[in-house]
Parts: sequence; structure tokens; C-alpha cells
Amino acid sequence: MGSLFKKMARSQLAIPLFALFLLVVFNLIRDPEFFSITIATNNDGNAVLSGNLISILNGASAIAILSIGMTLITSSCKGQDISVAAVAAIAGSVFVSVLRANEITIPVFLLAFLLSCVVSVLFSLFNGVLVAVFKIQPMIATLILFSAGRSIAYWINGGATPTVSSPLLTSIGGFIPGIPIPTPILIMVIFLILITLVLRFTNLGLYTQVVGINEGTAHLNGISPVWIKLIAFIISGVCVATAGCITVCRIGLINHETLLLDAEMDVILAVAIGGNALSGGKFNLYGSVIGAYIIQALTVTLYAMKVPSAAVKAYKAIVIILIVVCSSPVVKDFVVRMYKKMFKKQPEKEVQAKAA
Amino acid sequence: MKTKKILALILAAALALSLAACGSAQTSKDKDGLIKVGIVNNPPSESGYRAANVADFEKVFSEANGYKVSTFYSLKNDEQLNAAQQFITDGVDYLLISAAATDGWTNVLENAKKAGVKVFLFDRMMNVDQSLFEAAVISNMEAQGRMAVQWLLDQKLPEYNVVHIQGAMGSDAQIGRTKPLDEQFANGTMKKVVQQTATWDEATAKQIVESVINSGEKFNVIYAENDGMAKGAVAALDEAGITHGKNGDVVIIGFDFNKWALREVLAGNWNLDVQCSPFQAQKIHEMIQTLEKGGQLTEKIVINEERYFDCNTITQADIDKYGIGD
Repeated sequence: MGSLFKKMARSQLAIPLFALFLLVVFNLIRDPEFFSITIATNNDGNAVLSGNLISILNGASAIAILSIGMTLITSSCKGQDISVAAVAAIAGSVFVSVLRANEITIPVFLLAFLLSCVVSVLFSLFNGVLVAVFKIQPMIATLILFSAGRSIAYWINGGATPTVSSPLLTSIGGFIPGIPIPTPILIMVIFLILITLVLRFTNLGLYTQVVGINEGTAHLNGISPVWIKLIAFIISGVCVATAGCITVCRIGLINHETLLLDAEMDVILAVAIGGNALSGGKFNLYGSVIGAYIIQALTVTLYAMKVPSAAVKAYKAIVIILIVVCSSPVVKDFVVRMYKKMFKKQPEKEVQAKAA
Repeated sequence: MKTKKILALILAAALALSLAACGSAQTSKDKDGLIKVGIVNNPPSESGYRAANVADFEKVFSEANGYKVSTFYSLKNDEQLNAAQQFITDGVDYLLISAAATDGWTNVLENAKKAGVKVFLFDRMMNVDQSLFEAAVISNMEAQGRMAVQWLLDQKLPEYNVVHIQGAMGSDAQIGRTKPLDEQFANGTMKKVVQQTATWDEATAKQIVESVINSGEKFNVIYAENDGMAKGAVAALDEAGITHGKNGDVVIIGFDFNKWALREVLAGNWNLDVQCSPFQAQKIHEMIQTLEKGGQLTEKIVINEERYFDCNTITQADIDKYGIGD
């Protein structure tokens, strides 16, 4: 029992899962109906699931997808890419301009998505080369696109906020007819399965951590740190394009100024809440994804509590400070020590009881 | 080292000469008879509104209309201040400013006055003495909000349960468009179901409306402080199967007059859109012409004429004439 607790407390996922659990309990006490899911018929005549739980899972999908790429970059490069939201705006703009230039059919849609992926990967590689080859600190290297990205998106859009509408887009950003679960959730699940398979059947995860922990050792063992870092940026590029396109499909509009506004900070936060060291090295992807859901659950909770507009950010900040402090090594060790002290007196009895 | 010093000296001398040249050329007109105008604005990438605003000034202040124009775009007040000072040093005749922030301009405008540069403010007011500029052509965000609220009252709905989606807190548009609605909430004619900021973000607006729907509270009006957020709100209604617009359960109100938004009004998906006019160049052009002919300006603060269209009266011609973007 004691060792299980110790293992749990030391586990990377302990704090994020505990925080999520607290949020759920808090909401259930506040409103027992909070997580109830109902079936509604939408204006297109499809039966769809709705409720706060669906809103949280749906709303977090873009941040969750982005956090996958960010975790890999954080682990291997010992720093963060702060340009993800700006590059997502570029990818979304490319996506919209291809769709607007053609009649929207499935092949055109796929082409548009593919093209936005290519563009986004190229921009991401630009960051990657600066970081991996020129050894510029990630935050400085990505600062370039952080500030220039939305201007580039503006240039692609010709300064306007172009709209696109098609049943196809609604089924990606909303619901596929006949399937009651929002499509972004499904896309997120597909991403998670894909990345799990990649990590399980390739050495990418191991190599990424090795590069993050000690580049010299990695190099001596025949792992190219440059390539590992570039691969992280390529994967992140695909994640960014997907997140951008999903967000465009949700509303049917690209606004380069507000698309995924401040999302880079939420994504980095998700990685941190997930128990990953922002200084690189060991990582846990699922932690980051849970972090993304915590942030969204928090946002939805604040909306449901009708917190005044001006105070939303302050409330969010307080909760996040609590989570981050609780997951700090100092507090964790303290909790483990306290636990030991409390249960030290009767270890023999416990053993006897177990034996009996 | 020595060459560097010499180079610096030469550059300094060149600078001094060019300054002197400017000083002597400070008669009202340039050699080629053009009026020199310096425009300090926010970058067109700021928003669809700004893009239309910048395009409007480019169109009106052209060489064909007798202007020689220098422009500077920045979202940062200090950069704008430097640029304005530079324009004054360069000896422009008129300085047109849409300030990034309302404070800190007194010094620069005093310099302009000393140098004989006439200043016009457009789009945004600033915190300076009115004697420091010739005239200001601005939008009155509060009047826009009043227009929307008055229209809403005229609909004589049996009850008003309003979901109010605000822009970025503290921005001019948010403050102006929130105030008239807040007054209705305060005097009890309308009920505030939710009042939340989406910081102009479409996806956030959708989440806010989703959360209201999930809470099961009744509402029949969505007052979104710009078009994008109204579109996000409508996306949430569509997913929940709630009808909106003409003959719908929920009244939709947006601001800014994007062409796509006006098309939603025309199609009856939305009920009302209120203009925020980015077209101030023509008015300023007329005032400059009056001054050039030796006339006097009668108004210090000119409020942009703005209008609204609702789903019962809008026509395609209105969209073509007043809509911004495409």
C-alpha cells in the first residue's frame, strides 16, 4: 500500500490526473447535472451528443493535438516552439485559399489539407533548422515566426477574413452525418493512436529522450541529434496544420488575428501540467494531452460559473499556479515524507495483517 | 576607426543639410504642387476593418487627388510617436493619425503645432487638448451599441434573455458596445443570461454559447460585439439544433459590416448587423481642401455616419455599397 502510494506520487501522471479528478468532483458538487450528456438534433437534422463533457473534449482537441508536437520538441530541443499558433494561422489561410479557389469536393478538400500540411511543415522546418543546425535557443528561433506568422497569414488572406461554407467542412469541424460524436474528438483519438503506435514500434521516443538528456552521448551512440530534432519539428508541423484546419472548419472562417489566439501558451502549459520538464529529456505524451483537457475543463467550468469577463484570466492563473506548485519536486517530496511519517509507526502490523 | 569617424561626420552633415532643406521647403506646397501628407496608422493586418481603412486612405490620398503621401503602420504607440516626429521633421503639411494608444501624444502634437503642421485624428480619439489638432473624424462605438439596443427594443419581444459576448476587455469597441446593453441590464428591461469575453475569437464565442446551452438556461438574444464572434455563436446554435435569425428562436446581432456577415443577414440567418465605418478619408480630404482654400473648419469632432441593416430591409445593393472585405 505504502509503496503503491509512493509510486503514484512519484509518477508523472499523478498530479495531472489528480487535478482533473478535483475539477470533476468540484463540478459534480456544484452541479450534479454538469457532466450529463443529452442527445439533440442539430440544424442539419442529425442526432448528436451534447453536454459539458462533450464541449470539453471537443474544445480541447486543437490544443491536445498541438501538445503532442510540442512535447516532442520540448523533449529533444530543451525548449518550446512559441510559433505554433501563428503557423496554424498560416496553415489555415492556405487551407481556406485553396478551398475558395475551387469547388469544394472531397479531393479538393484533401488537396487543401495536404497543401496546408506541406506549408506548415516547411515553416516548422525553418524553425527546426535554426534550432537543430544553427543551435539557436528554441524560444528565440521561433520568436521570428511568432511575430511574423500572422502577418504572413494576413498576406495570404489579402487582409480580409474570408469565409468558406460547405457541408464537408461542417462534418469535419462539427459532426459527420450519422456519427453523434464531434469529429475533432475523433481526429484527436486517431492522432493519439497513431503517435502511440509510432512510439511503441519505433525508437523515436527513446532517441528523442536520449537527445534531450545528453546530446553528446546520443551522438556517440550513432543517433543524430539534428535529425531527431528535425523529426520533432516535422511531426509538430503536421499537428499544427491539423489544429489550424479543424479550427477553420469549426466556424467556416479564417481570422488570422484570432485563430488559436494565445494557444501557444496553453499548449506549453499543457506540456508543463502533464509533468514534463520544460528543460527537455524524459517525456510523457499522455500527460500533455491530459494537461490540455485540464485547461479546457477549467475554461468550461469558469464559463459555467459565470465568472466576470475581466476576472477569467485571474481565476485561471490561480488554479494553474496551484497545479504547477503541487507538481514541483519540492512539494512532491514533502508529501511522500509526510506520508512515511504518518504510517511509519505500524509497518509490522500491516505486514501481519496482509499475511493473515 | 578613422574612416568610421569620417563616415559618421559625412552622414551627420548630410542629415543636417537635408533637415535644412526641409526647413526651407515648409511652404504649403511641394515643388510639384502636391500637398505633403504623413499618415500614421495601425497595420492593415490588424483586422478586416483596418485593411478597409488603409485601402480607403490609399484611394483618397493619391497623387491624382494632389497628395504626396508617406505612411507608417504600427500597433505600438512608441513606434507611432517616433514616426510622427519624423514626419514633422520631414516637413509634411498635414499629419493624419490613428493612435495605437490614447495617451502620450501631447508632446509630439505640440511639436507639430510649432512646426506649422496641421494634425487630423481619424478613427480613434486621443487624450490631448483639443487645440492641438484641427479635427477628429471618429467612430462612436457607444452610438453603435445604442443603435443595436434601440433596434432590439423596437422588436418588442415578450422578454429579453440576452447572451452577451464581449470583445477584448478594455478595447474601445468593447467598452462602447457594452455600455448601452449594461444600462438595459441595470434597469431591468433585459435579463443578462451570460456576459463573457471571447477576446474577438470566433472559436471562444462558440464555446461560451455551448456552455450556456449546456446549462439549460433560456435565452432568445445573442449580442456579439463583432461579426466573427456572432458567426461562432451561430455555429454553436446550429450544432444544438436551435433556430436563429428571421422567424428563429434566437435573435442574432453582430457588428462591423463584413460582406459575409451582411449576406447572413440577407439570408435571414442573422437579424441585425451594425456598421463600424472604416471610411474617414473622404471627410478628411474635404476638410483639407477647405483649409487649403483658406476656409475655416466648423466642427472639431466629426462622428462617422453609421447605419445598420436588419434582415427585413437589407438588399444586395446595400451589401455591395457598404460591406467591407469580400
